[in-house]
Amino acid sequence: MAVAGRNIVTLDGVEKSFGAVRALDGVSLTVARGECVGLVGHNGAGKSTLMHVLAGTAAPDKGRIIIAGVAQQGYSAGRAKDLGVRCVFQELSLCPNLTVAENARVFHPALRGFNWRHKAGNLIIDKLDEIFPGHGIAASDLAQDLSIGRRQMVEVARAFTVSDRPADLVILDEPTSSLDTHTAGQLLAFSRRSVARGVSCIFISHILAEVLRNCDRIAVMRDGKVVVADQAGAFDRDRLIAAMGGVENRERGADNSTATTSLSQAPMRVRALPARQTNGVELMAHEGEVIGLAGLSGHGQTDLLLAIFSASTRRRAGVEVAAPVALVAGDRQSDGIFPQWSIAENVGVRSLSKLREGLLISRRREDALANTWRDKIKIRTPDMRNNILSLSGGNQQKTLFARALASDAAIVLMDDPMRGVDFGTKLEVYALIREEARAGRTFLWYTTETDELKNCDHVYVFRDGEIVADLTRNEISEERVIQSSFAGTQ
Amino acid sequence: MTDTVARLAGKPWIWSFVGAGLVWLAAIAFTGGYGGGGMLTAALSLSVFTVVVGVGQMFVITLGPGNVDLSLPANIGLASAVAMKVMGGDDRLVAVGLFAALASGVCVGVANYLLIWALRIPPIIATLSASFIIQSIDISYGRGLQIKPPPGFADFTNIQIIGVPLIALLTALFTLGAGIALHRTVYGRSVLAIGQNIRAARLAGLKVEPIRFLTYSICGALGGLDGALLAGYFRGANVDIGNEYLLASIAVVVIGGTSVAGGKANIPGVWGGALFLVLLLTMLNTFGVSAGLRLLLTGAIIVAVITAAGGQKATR
Amino acid sequence: MTAIAQPALRESAGVNLRRLLRALLPALSLTLVLAAIAYLNPRAISYFGFNLMLNLAVPIALATMAQMFVIAGNDLDLSIGTFVGFVCCITATWLRETPLVGVLVLLGCIGVYAALGALIYLRNLPSIVVTLGMSFVWQGLAILLLPKPGGNAPDWLQAIMGVKPPIVPFPILAAVAIAAVGYFGLMRTSYGAILRGAGGNALAIDRAGWSLLKAKAALFALTGVFGVLSGMALVGITTSADANIGNGYTLLSIAGVILGGGEFVGGRVSPIGAVIGALTLALAASPLLTFMRIPPDWQVAANGAILVIVLAARILISQKGSDQ
Repeated sequence: MAVAGRNIVTLDGVEKSFGAVRALDGVSLTVARGECVGLVGHNGAGKSTLMHVLAGTAAPDKGRIIIAGVAQQGYSAGRAKDLGVRCVFQELSLCPNLTVAENARVFHPALRGFNWRHKAGNLIIDKLDEIFPGHGIAASDLAQDLSIGRRQMVEVARAFTVSDRPADLVILDEPTSSLDTHTAGQLLAFSRRSVARGVSCIFISHILAEVLRNCDRIAVMRDGKVVVADQAGAFDRDRLIAAMGGVENRERGADNSTATTSLSQAPMRVRALPARQTNGVELMAHEGEVIGLAGLSGHGQTDLLLAIFSASTRRRAGVEVAAPVALVAGDRQSDGIFPQWSIAENVGVRSLSKLREGLLISRRREDALANTWRDKIKIRTPDMRNNILSLSGGNQQKTLFARALASDAAIVLMDDPMRGVDFGTKLEVYALIREEARAGRTFLWYTTETDELKNCDHVYVFRDGEIVADLTRNEISEERVIQSSFAGTQ
Repeated sequence: MTDTVARLAGKPWIWSFVGAGLVWLAAIAFTGGYGGGGMLTAALSLSVFTVVVGVGQMFVITLGPGNVDLSLPANIGLASAVAMKVMGGDDRLVAVGLFAALASGVCVGVANYLLIWALRIPPIIATLSASFIIQSIDISYGRGLQIKPPPGFADFTNIQIIGVPLIALLTALFTLGAGIALHRTVYGRSVLAIGQNIRAARLAGLKVEPIRFLTYSICGALGGLDGALLAGYFRGANVDIGNEYLLASIAVVVIGGTSVAGGKANIPGVWGGALFLVLLLTMLNTFGVSAGLRLLLTGAIIVAVITAAGGQKATR
Repeated sequence: MTAIAQPALRESAGVNLRRLLRALLPALSLTLVLAAIAYLNPRAISYFGFNLMLNLAVPIALATMAQMFVIAGNDLDLSIGTFVGFVCCITATWLRETPLVGVLVLLGCIGVYAALGALIYLRNLPSIVVTLGMSFVWQGLAILLLPKPGGNAPDWLQAIMGVKPPIVPFPILAAVAIAAVGYFGLMRTSYGAILRGAGGNALAIDRAGWSLLKAKAALFALTGVFGVLSGMALVGITTSADANIGNGYTLLSIAGVILGGGEFVGGRVSPIGAVIGALTLALAASPLLTFMRIPPDWQVAANGAILVIVLAARILISQKGSDQ
């Protein structure tokens, strides 16, 4: 029983199925006190499900959950919180109509009585100051008025706040997905400090560099099991990828030989002037180009993409579009998915006129289209007529891609759609993008991950709503992008 | 066999038909088996009026949460007056009169949509305000209106073929067409998409506002048609002729299995819901219950039915 | 460092301005209506005038507050009108003759509302349909109780509603009190934040360990309480009851909440705004129209038109803010 004191959490033989899908197939995992465990895995490996089980929001079919040496019976979200387990999931869980202080109160039932608003406000702002100095958030701000990055900051800070119950284990599920590089760095630094103080952490991220840098131990999941767990120092990027499913990382050097000069001879497809541009620099995209939009998140990239999108249906000052446009949304739940429909219907919705035979939509054509794209983009499902929510997150994102690519759109706008998507899925999609670009499609790709920009022919860096740098393929590097993203260096 | 039964039981609209059947049986049991056929014929006729506006309301409700047409009663009342006045008791003017009623309904639908779109007023308030205005127009236009429908038209609304009313058959054909339109046309798919996720629908390139405009106009047109038919069946127009159809149109849509949250619609269910409501009232009348008790039981049964059916499953 | 701080400051200022405008809109509507009345009939702006014009403002305000609680939970109560009518009937009969029975029945009604809330949550039912059905139920019960208008409100109730405080007319004082109770209860208490949060993001509230069932039942119970108060106030003014007397309150109450800046989804409501909205509607519904000398045929239309005008003005003013 001496071991019990050292480990804050032990999961033993946990199984969970959703209908016919085995999400967890006997998982065993331990987290010691004051340790940061990284959890990585391909899409559908079971990471999020496992964390939901640990956080008490999903009940396992079999297996034991042992917290602080005590095996849990009737574990629930409330119990988890009592025992000091906190979590920040990918789905944001603030109430948009409440203020930051009120949202803190929601989390801490003990904050009641006469001066509760003041106490709650101080609690959350103090923690925000500790993790993200210079955050600029006030306790009386309504959550809905905050940007997505700020909301993520409040969520993270809230998970670390302590009122009457301790925080012994904090689960961070893709916490940096909504944060720009600077704030992500602040979070990771804080996480290291807090681990040093004895608060354990489970860190899920698809950014392998982050996991390798910040975790003490790493566990790799595949097909609902933990396949290997070891000290972080024993892993490198290739070993992690191999353990996840053997998807080789050879894409890096591909296609470097394509000269960029030849592409500018191709017809111009898009010309757009950002609303706040002061020096007249325009974004220009030609046929067959993959153009990246970079910079800190929320600095005008999405606005420009939406302006280009709306310019395809009506006249818009400063934007010229010469071909049909499709958009792949980044926030699939609010902007992309039709939850009542099947996967096939979700794929075909942008191509409805193409699916018509006479006046009516042909089922045959719809199925044919769906199956073509299932094979092309490798959507993992037994039947495209299943409901879309039966797919994992990464596969849902692939469906949104298929929707855009299946349509007649010659210009595809991507609004940071790879957020929180696993590495293997990403590689498959990058390959498809390059193939489609070679066939003549234009891609405008906004991403918050500088690594992804290496797929682009050239990159526009945004700051404060305008384009501040235009990097050709040879010039694209993390350093240059970051340099341009911050003021004072141009 | 059990497989088919299981599949049928899963369909949301089946329960409304089952309910209708049960109510009919209860009514017959009370009368000792007498008049069961006549009851069904009358029920089919009366259901027509609810089904016609029910389909229109269903398309509107499917557009998404907050979309509902509360101007229906006023619309029906005005259309009945317009139809009767234009027809002027003359059988040769029936077609013109019907057209006028449809036009009046379309105008109402367009007006509703303009309020919603141009002034960005929530549909519940917009259609409510519109109904006030339409009611006043109807009152002053239909002042002292005593015009009876043309005899041919009135008879037409009462024709039966082997006990099944002609208007019921025509309406059944109409709902069949509506069902196909819902699932197999670009318009219908667009309505379903908008109801599920309006933002995603926009970003998927669907023309949201034209679709909404079309839907409200169609709902208005169907209200106009209903007004004309009601005036024919009940042999006269009046302001209040449509009053019970507001609650009826919403109730049949929901009892029939359409989701109030939007994005999921159900045509057979509208028939089932209408039959159920009409037969329920018939049954209560047969039992000889008082007005107060009738209202109480109707309401209690609606609550019971929707409770038994349950709401939509929570999505992930 | 400074690059991040500057946008933050700018953002905060813009956000606060929008919030201020959002909050002021109901007051602006009311001012507009008052100004119109003052222009058309200056004598109405007096103690006597306000007392008369705002005669029915108290029951309308209470009904609007009731509707606001339900709307805060992303629901709608289409039965509040007939419920108010039923309460009137109970008050004019049982509460007067056998007070104990009357009180028990009224408390029972609140219990029914709470049970409805629980039912709606447990079975995930659409409130529009459930309250639609309940509107039939309340109406049927009212007709069973009082088939013909009659009854007599208890003396103490009539006395309360007829009180004439100095300087400020009773309806205005009552409205302020109602707004204060609503504001404090829903916006300032810690549990009020939970109730509103349940409307904003129910899953988050659930995950934080709060009982959504209790929250839903609480919101509906509050609706029941204010519905009862509204019915009692109404019959205290009209002295006798009629089963159909409250039928218009359903739509009036919804309009009042929306006028007051509330939204149908998202848990965004304003108690003070709702009361102001109710007052605006009470003024616009009858007194304003009479002063404008609108013929009775068109008074119904004018109701709708006024609603449209006020809402249009609201949208135009808030145009610079939201994009929904």
